[in-house]
Amino acid sequence: MSTFWIVVIGSSIALFLLRYSGYMIPEKYLTNPRVLRINTLIPIVLMSAMVGVQTVTENGKWVIDQRLAGIAVAVVALLLKAPYFVVMVSAALTSALLYRL
Amino acid sequence: MNRATATQSFGVSFTVGLYGTAFGAASIAAGFSVLQTCLLSLLTFSGASQFAVAGVMGAGGTAISAIATASLLGTRNMLYALRMAPLLRVTGIKKVIAAHITIDESTGVAISQEKLGTQAMKQGFWLTGFGVYTFWNIFTLLGALGAQAMGNPSAWGLDAAVPAAFLGLLWPNLTNNFERVLAVSALVMAVVLSPVLSAGLPIISTVVLAVVFGWKARI
Repeated sequence: MSTFWIVVIGSSIALFLLRYSGYMIPEKYLTNPRVLRINTLIPIVLMSAMVGVQTVTENGKWVIDQRLAGIAVAVVALLLKAPYFVVMVSAALTSALLYRL
Repeated sequence: MNRATATQSFGVSFTVGLYGTAFGAASIAAGFSVLQTCLLSLLTFSGASQFAVAGVMGAGGTAISAIATASLLGTRNMLYALRMAPLLRVTGIKKVIAAHITIDESTGVAISQEKLGTQAMKQGFWLTGFGVYTFWNIFTLLGALGAQAMGNPSAWGLDAAVPAAFLGLLWPNLTNNFERVLAVSALVMAVVLSPVLSAGLPIISTVVLAVVFGWKARI
């Protein structure tokens, strides 16, 4: 079985078990304030890490290319409070343009 | 049926569902097939976890690191389930369905109906859950087909659109300096570790920062 299929099946099972357990487990085990606090920070670190890895690395090497310019434009768009769609498209256009030059 | 609740549920469902296009494209760019992409949306049905899977696999990560990253992001859904369980009081197959559609949006709409009463809260949960499920899956398919038709992801800027999509999701969560410092630290840590650790691990290792920052923070 390919790695990709393992990921599809594995993450589907994992996500279901996590949610279903929320309906089964007594509340007292999961409402420690520290656990809740850490849990809200997890998406922030994982997403930030992904932005970094996908922008300036390729196959485990640091690579500076058109992607970085695209993300720089996305940051400007976000600072100007542009809608989500505009952020993505402006990054894509910048990167595609530089790639084709 | 409460009309205000129904309207809000539909609005949220459609807007969020549109993001499915971005996931569909990101998943294809990461190397998943159209079928696998659609199954991820149908079966995992958790935006952040799905984007994470695409992110880790796109970087050449292992299956274990992709599943682990998705699971860490999925713990949020478990906490929502905990909040919804006493409200919904479901059993049997209904509990299975409720669990599957327990996401940020269904929980969020349910909680925001509190003033309108328990009945409206339940309605908000079910309508938004099914609504997002419907639109998210339709737009995933469209995004996947669109990305597949494009071919080389770099020629269309998809290689930058994917991290930009993450950045757009992340941005509203960075409301104070504590969170901004954490975000930049995690970004730097993952990039620095990339040539050292095998793919996927630099991303998941940043959870250490969430634990350290969360532990020390004033609660």
